[in-house]
Amino acid sequence: MKVLIPSPLLSYTGKSSVQASGATLGAALADLERQYAGIRFRMIDEQDRIRRHVRIFVDGEQVFDLARPLRPDDEVIIVQALTGG
Amino acid sequence: MKKNVLLTVATRKGAWLFHGDASRRSWRVDGPHFLGHIVNHLVLDPRDGRTLLAAAKTGHLGPTIFRSTDRGRSWKEAARPPAFAKSADGREGRAVDHSFWLTPGHASQPGVWFAGTSPQGLFRSADGGASWEPFSAINDDPQYRAWMGTVQDGTPDGPKLHSIIVDPRDAAHMYLAMSGGGVHESLDGGRSFAPLVEGLEVVEGFDPANVAFHDPHCIRLCPSDPDRLYQQNHCGLYRLDRPLKKWVRIGKSMPKRVGDIGFPMVVHPRDADTAWMFPMDGNAVWPRTSPEGRPAVYGTQDAGKTWRRLDSGMPRKQAWWTVKRQAMSADTLDPIGLYFGTTSGELWMSRDEGRRWKCVARHLPEIYAVETG
Repeated sequence: MKVLIPSPLLSYTGKSSVQASGATLGAALADLERQYAGIRFRMIDEQDRIRRHVRIFVDGEQVFDLARPLRPDDEVIIVQALTGG
Repeated sequence: MKKNVLLTVATRKGAWLFHGDASRRSWRVDGPHFLGHIVNHLVLDPRDGRTLLAAAKTGHLGPTIFRSTDRGRSWKEAARPPAFAKSADGREGRAVDHSFWLTPGHASQPGVWFAGTSPQGLFRSADGGASWEPFSAINDDPQYRAWMGTVQDGTPDGPKLHSIIVDPRDAAHMYLAMSGGGVHESLDGGRSFAPLVEGLEVVEGFDPANVAFHDPHCIRLCPSDPDRLYQQNHCGLYRLDRPLKKWVRIGKSMPKRVGDIGFPMVVHPRDADTAWMFPMDGNAVWPRTSPEGRPAVYGTQDAGKTWRRLDSGMPRKQAWWTVKRQAMSADTLDPIGLYFGTTSGELWMSRDEGRRWKCVARHLPEIYAVETG
């Protein structure tokens, strides 16, 4: 599936659109980690919670659960939430 | 032969390196590194003189450690940054918000580093900062967790574990401090810790016997006498001479109108009777700025019996500086140089142990830490 990467994470991927595979959001993020070491921990904390200023959308719907099932043609968008200066 | 001084400056918006010449009159600026990252600490490894670790995060992303093995020419991210153990119930488990404090390990243990985090956690790396393991004796111990309190029991930027000190005579002997949560000592390399808070005062109305109420700001061990510690605390300035266990409030000898409240503490590398502090206003609503808008460093040469105001070259009025606990340090030259950075982004130095001060840089972001190497 296609995953859109926000600018703070481009240092890992080098491009704003990448491919990942997995039957769940958690599996897709694990695949991203395999491809781009270190990227997952910047988004997901050690208790498997999505970090406070990171938002993840699947086909336009915000997702809070890493167990959310994904289909190969889903589009995952990772965005930076608003935060202070 | 005089060596060149490297100043590492960590700020809320990135990091800078200031390379001084042997006279410390001329400084070459290298930076920003990690522009936009919140860098809480940037430390050069004194054991090899080339490894730098930076504790960093951004407003959006989780915390990490960046490593350089060539004095900042190139950087690589840690493969496994400090992270708490996964709890059985993820909703209750703690997550590292940021690494706050970095301490190189004992000289006999090259590659060993310690990190203190917010919320309070202690971590160790054995591979030069590439991967980090949690210390269960602190991070998961029910008594320690109780002393740490909640996220509200800390600084405005979160509760922190800091002032990790390794005794230069014994790698297994360590100290650490928590804001809040007191001062603690380990004699077995961190497998167990015990509180070391006797003699320290707490906010009026609270019980000093309760370790949770203690808020040490910065502790330094004297390299020339490792049995002597100085501490800047939320409730004053203290000294401890081991093997005694009772801290003595040496800040009572500071001028009353200045007080003995502040964040940083600096000790002389070769004279354990000499130390410096940066007083800040701890009255009423705790402005934590230079008292009366007149900044100064205060120094003692008799282990805290008397203090001398050292402000030559600093603004005489309307300078409302705040200097954070990691933002003041000393080099090891003779005479030693003193350095501090303000939250208003100014970097100041003295080449003569505090007698005269000079501004090295202005217009930096909020300075979090200034270290020498």
